[in-house]
Amino acid sequence: MTNKQDTNIFNRMMSIDRRWVFLLLIVVCVTAYFLPFSVPILVEPEVAVIHEFIDTLPPGSIVFLAIDYDPASLAELHPMTYALLEQCFRRNLRVMCTALHPNGPSMAEAAFLAVADSCRLDKTYNGEFFPAREVVNGVDYCFLGYKPYPALVILGMGTNFRLPFPSDYYGTPLDSIPLMKGVQNYDQTACVVNISGTSGTEYWISYGQGRFNFPLALGVTGVMGAEYYPYLNSGQVFGYMAGMLGAAQYEKLADNPGKAIIAMKVQLYAHFLIIFFIIIGNIGFFMDKFKKNREGR
Amino acid sequence: MEFGTFLWTTLGAMLTLAIFSFLYKDNPFYKFAEHLVVGVSAGYWAVILWHNGLVPNLFERLQDGDWYLLWLNSSRPWYLIPALLGVLMWTRFSKKYAWISRWPIAMYIGIATGVAIPLEMANRVNKQLYATMSNIHWSNFFGSGFLDTAAGYSEVIVFIGTIAGLIYFFFSKAHTGTFGVIAKVGIYILMIGFGASFGLTVMARISLFIQRIQFMHEDWALVAFDKTNPNYSGWFPAFFWLVALIVIGYIIKEFIIYLKNKDKPKPEKA
Repeated sequence: MTNKQDTNIFNRMMSIDRRWVFLLLIVVCVTAYFLPFSVPILVEPEVAVIHEFIDTLPPGSIVFLAIDYDPASLAELHPMTYALLEQCFRRNLRVMCTALHPNGPSMAEAAFLAVADSCRLDKTYNGEFFPAREVVNGVDYCFLGYKPYPALVILGMGTNFRLPFPSDYYGTPLDSIPLMKGVQNYDQTACVVNISGTSGTEYWISYGQGRFNFPLALGVTGVMGAEYYPYLNSGQVFGYMAGMLGAAQYEKLADNPGKAIIAMKVQLYAHFLIIFFIIIGNIGFFMDKFKKNREGR
Repeated sequence: MEFGTFLWTTLGAMLTLAIFSFLYKDNPFYKFAEHLVVGVSAGYWAVILWHNGLVPNLFERLQDGDWYLLWLNSSRPWYLIPALLGVLMWTRFSKKYAWISRWPIAMYIGIATGVAIPLEMANRVNKQLYATMSNIHWSNFFGSGFLDTAAGYSEVIVFIGTIAGLIYFFFSKAHTGTFGVIAKVGIYILMIGFGASFGLTVMARISLFIQRIQFMHEDWALVAFDKTNPNYSGWFPAFFWLVALIVIGYIIKEFIIYLKNKDKPKPEKA
């Protein structure tokens, strides 16, 4: 039976029903989402370096985009993909893409279609005018699709893209795709950007960059965020975007505000609330400990 | 938005709410959504693996052969060897012949290990070691701005953190004296690492919820109930209210059960 001393205010502070926490979090997130305000986004150098690298590529260069995520990670990774793809197409860069996660092809296809739609409009980014243009499959981008066993696929593509992918996602043989003319392997690509919500990132580091030495940039989910920073410091990865914050920073750099920048205002207040609950729990813990010590229990 | 699109978007919105309803307590809507996700995922993966794995890598490569000759007359009959190894995996379902499945597994693990060890060692162990052991650039340390972690400070932190972290995991010597102090620093370094991971994980989980809010607002509520849409139909709100009525009915049922059981004594927890 619960005794009276165990239900003091400090104990109650440590044992708030989780449903109240969830309810408050929902209220805070929904309110912040609908309130018309924005938060400043500070850009970190590891994100800026990716934007700068792509921005300074000569037109016609090939950016290899590895989209290795599923709908469970699209909240954080779709904004990165959208901003990066739009930047590439506006700069007249060509994009090759694989999706080495079984649910990845639908993510990649959705991104290509949405960005192709956006490119049909005149836009101005960072004060530079970009006229509307048609993004054509096979000319501006080549989507290779999915193949199982990412490590072997990445190694195979280092020899020739045609080994693991004799044809693209839509069944067109690679040799009859204009973009693939003269393109054999990673040597013809300017860089690889892996946007991933899976352990596939490790394959790109070990079997891709480590074996073929191409410039590799990463965009990963927040959960994976801390795990891959060491590869940035060791120089194996030249740029790094982690989670919604990384996506928002890239959107800001590209002057293409999207869902990530909007989400950051919600993140701010959600984090305030979580920090508040952490403080409440800790005050309860330490005060309860102090009280018990004083009572000699 | 056409009715078909509306139906799928509404289903997406309802399933989102069904999943979130678990935050209150387990219920049939959550169970339905959970089972649907598992079932759809399994089916989707099976089809994807069939069309992207077996069809191009096996069937298309043997297609010039004849099935009644077991494709042995194909121009590339050696593709039958991995096919046979794949079939042998299924012997695990037989108690008597399960041992045969060790052959393909042994081959698979052998190849995977052979490919992985040199590259993993070189890229995930050696290069990380080199990065940790590289010279500290004192010129960056003194020449950079205050607390510019991108320059010298991070090198010092990485150096101290690595040594202290490793010492914490060295259990052959008692963690006392100077050794104990360094091990203590190691614990703090580890806690900072876990804290960073926890913070990023919180951000990731909140991101998922924000994306669902964005979906419910932008892709569903604003579009599905837009009467200026030329494809708008009275079926849209009718369908929505039908689903809403089912949910309201369930909530009322649960409330009645709660009222009935309110005054009954709760069973003692073991």
